[in-house]
Amino acid sequence: MDTRDGDGADGAAGSGLVNLFFDAFAWILDPANWEGRGSIPQRIGEQLYFTFAAMAVASAIAVPLGWLIGHTGRGRDIAVAITGAARALPSFGLLFLFVMIAGVLLREPSTIFVLVLLAIPPILAGAYSGLEVIDRRVVDAARAMGMTEWQILWKVEVPLGLPLLIGGLRSATLQVVATVVLVAFLGLGALGFEIVQGIALRSYDQMLGSAILIIVLALLLDAIFAILERFAVPRGVRAGRIPDVRTASSGRRATAEASATT
Amino acid sequence: MIEFRSISKTFPDGTTAVDDFSLQLPSHQTTVFVGSSGCGKTTLLRMINRMVDASSGELEIDGENISTIEPVKLRRRIGYVMQNSGLLPHRRVIDNIATVPRLNGVPKKEAHARALELMDTVGLDRSMAERYPAQLSGGQQQRVGVARGLAVDPNILLMDEPFGAVDPIVRADLQQELLRLQRELDKTVVFVTHDIDEAFLLGDQVVILEKGARIAQKGSPEEILANPASDFVASFIGADRGKRALSIREVDGSSILVDGDGNVAGALTEEGTA
Amino acid sequence: MTWVWENLDLIGRLSLEHLRLSAIPILLGFVLAVPLGWVAYRYRLTRGLVLTVVGLLYTIPSLALFVALPPLLGIPYTSELNVVIALTIYAVAIMARSIADALASVDLDIKQAATAVGYSPWRRFWAVEFPLAGPVVLAGVRVVAVSTVSLLTIGVVIGIDTLGYLFTNGYQRGILAEVLSGVVVTVLIALLIDRILVALGRALMPWTRATATAPTVQQGAAS
Repeated sequence: MDTRDGDGADGAAGSGLVNLFFDAFAWILDPANWEGRGSIPQRIGEQLYFTFAAMAVASAIAVPLGWLIGHTGRGRDIAVAITGAARALPSFGLLFLFVMIAGVLLREPSTIFVLVLLAIPPILAGAYSGLEVIDRRVVDAARAMGMTEWQILWKVEVPLGLPLLIGGLRSATLQVVATVVLVAFLGLGALGFEIVQGIALRSYDQMLGSAILIIVLALLLDAIFAILERFAVPRGVRAGRIPDVRTASSGRRATAEASATT
Repeated sequence: MIEFRSISKTFPDGTTAVDDFSLQLPSHQTTVFVGSSGCGKTTLLRMINRMVDASSGELEIDGENISTIEPVKLRRRIGYVMQNSGLLPHRRVIDNIATVPRLNGVPKKEAHARALELMDTVGLDRSMAERYPAQLSGGQQQRVGVARGLAVDPNILLMDEPFGAVDPIVRADLQQELLRLQRELDKTVVFVTHDIDEAFLLGDQVVILEKGARIAQKGSPEEILANPASDFVASFIGADRGKRALSIREVDGSSILVDGDGNVAGALTEEGTA
Repeated sequence: MTWVWENLDLIGRLSLEHLRLSAIPILLGFVLAVPLGWVAYRYRLTRGLVLTVVGLLYTIPSLALFVALPPLLGIPYTSELNVVIALTIYAVAIMARSIADALASVDLDIKQAATAVGYSPWRRFWAVEFPLAGPVVLAGVRVVAVSTVSLLTIGVVIGIDTLGYLFTNGYQRGILAEVLSGVVVTVLIALLIDRILVALGRALMPWTRATATAPTVQQGAAS
């Protein structure tokens, strides 16, 4: 087995580079890595488990709250302030901090707690800004027609705000996926495990192999959300969208920017 | 009949939009509120379907105090047409028109059949039923807006500057269409505009408003033109600039009408040949 | 708490290092993002290309990027350069996009007026479009700054001693105060840089003072 340490990967980018990636793919494809304890499928499973658990809890909190803020227009300033401030929190440090506070026995729930904290701001921003960007006259007209507040929310605001909400979910997922990679430092496995172990063992094929797996998983999840986002745009809105590059995607950007990768 | 009795409205920020306003709006007639922006005309209109609630005073529709009627119920029996139509962008034309009947529980098929009829009524081709609002021109959107306002066959139709955002030619077209509709349908129409020409064209009763929704003058277009009640009214309707005082000048054998500024206003023709 | 007093020099040293290593990607990212953002704004073809690439790069989790970059660039993965380049990539990814949006947000009438009074395209960009795009650009830079400071802590994993050292070291040794001080100081540095950027924005764009912070709905969501 070809183990290289990082310092060995100096200078020669040519054949050395090819070899490194060849080794990495060999590691990924090695059948031995696909079964037993700590196999690649198990790591992917752990990665997805943490990601979805955190996203589910965060969505259950942030989506209704964001809709409430967006519908009533109340609490917006607070939400903006919180989402802004939350971005400054170093998620890597929070993982250690909360596990230490809660105790090692509770490291899994406290890890999910931190992931939920991270995921809430972008989801919240997506939910309320989705409602905010709706033309006020449309909502006004719906009310004037005699829709109840509940009907306005479900029949007008939610469908029209869906693309931005999904944009928010997309940002949150990216951020959570990236942070779940780090839970290996707490002994919780997931796809970062092989990198942490690889650094210790100086086995670069394993590190690069897992990095590739992580990147592919992140891109796949992002692609799924990109597709969902596209389908979420109501047909009538798509039909009317001016084919002007400037308006095409500026709205989505807000939520994408509302978070940063970890 | 709609009756305002000493209605006042002060918004939470302290501005008084309407100050002790009283007026009767006769049934089956068109009443036009006209005034500059900020005079409170839209606030008055929106009080009728309780989009805005009065701070004091009473508003009755056919003798019933509307503060006793649940807003959602009230709105569903009053048609409302607004500037830029306010159509739901994610619903097709036919679904937009059928929105309120569907909210009232009318079966889809029936509501759609009625929506198609309404498209005929407002002069929209039925082939547009499957389109989305964004795929229509401004004038067409406005027609859909009117059709939607008529969908539950309301006695009252509120129109908030409905033709404000379309170009002059389309606007003239829509105004004629509204006059025709009103002859056919005989609704109680309340119309808000800042355009005095539009007010005189459409209104049976024209109410000229000053700031705080104070009535500067009300009456038929003829009455107002004949006797402007104040300098404000005279200025507002353009009488002071001689815009409405037309005189005849002979040019190349035909009679041309010119206004007080000497600008050409039209040509004089024998009645019936126009 | 005693740990903090006994290790003030360590915290101070790591903080300075953290500041230095955050500043480079923020500045470098900005310098690179301006032309890239302009290209994305100006031409439809390049817009799709730039924004797609930038979007994909942005998607890559940082630890994976720290591992994947060195072999591609032929640098040791424990080098400072690795972290700086990785964070610059994120900075460019976010800022190129926000600069493209910012330029697009400038009122078309103003641009045409500038052309009409005789600005050349080059001067129009620097004298009219870029300054007017300023508030939105600034919002993007602020996002980048704050996230760079946070991301830099992860560098400790590959041996770059930043404030992240306090997380891993504190965790291993079971010193809660160490981890906590790491989190607090990281947040303080992020806020410090953010305040500096806001002050810089006020100094460079005096006309925005009247309207305070980012005016548009979209920016509101972003800030």
